[in-house]
Amino acid sequence: MDAPSIPASGPLIALVGNPNCGKTALFNLLTGSRQKVANYSGVTVERKEGTLLTPSGRRVRILDLPGAYSLDPLTPDEQVTADILLGRRAEETQPDFVVCVTDATNLRQNLRLVLSLKRLGLPMVVALNMSDLARRKGIAIDASRLSKELGVPVVATVGVKAGGVRSLIAILDGIDKPTGARQAVEWHTPTAADIEHDQFEVRRILGAVGADRVEGLTLSDRIDAIVLQPVLGPLILAAVLFLVFQAVFAWAQMPMDAIKAGVDGLGGWLGGLLPPSIFKGLLVDGVLAGVGSVLVFLPQIIILFFFILILEDSGYLPRAAFLLDRIMGSVGLSGRAFIPLLSSFACAIPGIMATRTIQNPRDRLATIMIAPLMTCSARLPVYALIISAFIPQRSLWGGLQLQGLVLFALYIVGVLSAMAVAFVLKRRGPGARFQSLLLELPAYHWPNLRNLMIGLWQRIEIFLTRVGTIILALMVILWALSSYPAPPPGATGPAIQYSIAGHLGAALAVLFAPIGFNWQISIALVPGLAAREVAVGALGTVYALSATGENVGNALTPLIAHSWSLPTALSLLAWYVFAPQCLSTLATVKRETNSWRYPLIMAAYMFGLAYAASFITYRIASLF
Amino acid sequence: MNTPSRKHDSCADRPHVGLSELPSGTLARVVSVGPVDTAAPPELTRRLSELGFLPGELVRIVGRGLFSREPIAVRVGTGTFALRLFEASCIRVCPEQTRTV
Repeated sequence: MDAPSIPASGPLIALVGNPNCGKTALFNLLTGSRQKVANYSGVTVERKEGTLLTPSGRRVRILDLPGAYSLDPLTPDEQVTADILLGRRAEETQPDFVVCVTDATNLRQNLRLVLSLKRLGLPMVVALNMSDLARRKGIAIDASRLSKELGVPVVATVGVKAGGVRSLIAILDGIDKPTGARQAVEWHTPTAADIEHDQFEVRRILGAVGADRVEGLTLSDRIDAIVLQPVLGPLILAAVLFLVFQAVFAWAQMPMDAIKAGVDGLGGWLGGLLPPSIFKGLLVDGVLAGVGSVLVFLPQIIILFFFILILEDSGYLPRAAFLLDRIMGSVGLSGRAFIPLLSSFACAIPGIMATRTIQNPRDRLATIMIAPLMTCSARLPVYALIISAFIPQRSLWGGLQLQGLVLFALYIVGVLSAMAVAFVLKRRGPGARFQSLLLELPAYHWPNLRNLMIGLWQRIEIFLTRVGTIILALMVILWALSSYPAPPPGATGPAIQYSIAGHLGAALAVLFAPIGFNWQISIALVPGLAAREVAVGALGTVYALSATGENVGNALTPLIAHSWSLPTALSLLAWYVFAPQCLSTLATVKRETNSWRYPLIMAAYMFGLAYAASFITYRIASLF
Repeated sequence: MNTPSRKHDSCADRPHVGLSELPSGTLARVVSVGPVDTAAPPELTRRLSELGFLPGELVRIVGRGLFSREPIAVRVGTGTFALRLFEASCIRVCPEQTRTV
């Protein structure tokens, strides 16, 4: 997006490599926490730049380019990589030096990219990554011999071990920024015969360094024999996903209670300390009650991302895509859509961005349109609040929690409705007979703690930034809207009824009365448009302000358990499965599709579904 | 080490099948990669080549989906890819005679 703040003086080094070669682990090891994540201008491909401090005290800029199978792009990711290497992106400088990262256990595939890069003529070094795994597998690669055969320097690296990049750093330390103007590189797209010729060369080199043995069945193959087994595989997948959702509820309970107690304690302490004033109202009722009720869901979001990152790092995610490909295919989606859709369980925005790996534009559009129906983590606070208030905490057979089961069911409803919408979308318009899958199933790895922690920290940072900025600002605005104008003298009802928010809520309540929402919920839905979880904070603020005196510091859960009927609660759950609540998602869709048409269609269909689902839920639940 | 052309020739007198028809677990060698249906995406052949489905490489189907026997997981060289059957049918292979698993 914007120019990196790192001084432009040091040489710029690009990390290039096939997907799944351990490039990001290497990048994390080289740059540690000195990373800056943004987007490339005009596209939503993630741009990761970091700084390496070399032993001699120099600063070297390192750019982690998106993984690519070749320099002839088929996806926007690969396009970025090719354009930067060829010096075709106006706003990006062509790298001074290229580190081609290869998976030492899969050189047969990886070396073709090395040969292509060599043709570019940029100064480069080949990193034989995962060299420890290769050694353990009995693949002994003589780096100096390989270097002689390739005609470029080769160093062995271990991206998951501290000190595993020492020899690479030594090389990077010696690079100088070249002087003089750069020449644009001539690039000719290779024909099939050229690629075939490269592969002959790869085989020759592998033969020369004694690494051309293709093993029989590897450990990964043996794991796959179980995990991809047609009957056992889906059962394992279901068990894994179910375990994740149970953990999100069970493990998070203690830290959530602690955060809640901390916020309540702080509120009580401040309440006793400060004299009654506007400032006290803003701080205790507005900021603390609002932000605290969102912050309390941080443990659940951490646990969810913890599992997603582990599944990703271990190599299980593409297997899940493989297993679900037929089901996805039955509604006209590619198995590739699974990874964007799974990311959407955390947040639809990275999910929608991840659809760029889908080559077919129609597939991609359909995936974008259904991504917001996946239960994102911002819905979790709302679900969690209503479930804990209305669903009894009871153990069913086998120690399963009823609350966890209801949560699981909400996720399933989201998935099923997404499939139904995809089916309708894909039936309109000409059907494409051939949908590509072509998904790599990388060898299994133990997840690496460092990468897990860096990934987790980046998610926590995004969440806390949201809490600290958008959510905090909305809470203050909402508090103001809910506090002014002040009730007239002699008024009997709670103060908020006389405020702007009270009037707005009363107006919306007319629209939402048929689906059982009271005016407090109707008010909370307004700031919820900015971010779904804000609705919980808004309810916190609304109820804090409408409660009289003593109740102010009380938890929201018992309050709503008292004042809502069960049909209202269920109706709100149904609303949240479908409603187009998050404006940032719609903005992302606009940017990804480059048109207002699709975000508008998305908002309309989701609003329609939400209203219909809530109406039906409310009416049926009211019968009992 | 075998020269590429000899590998190629060793398949010349044996029957070729589409990779989609190869039984699971059978080792086979790629003979050629090319479109079998004009409606298939034109970049498919190039991408299959770029992923390593190239004449002379060893392939083996290591997993299959539950319904329609699709998709298939194919080990090629030292990597594994999930393919749909129409993608696999673009790859002509000849089964290796000696080693089957």
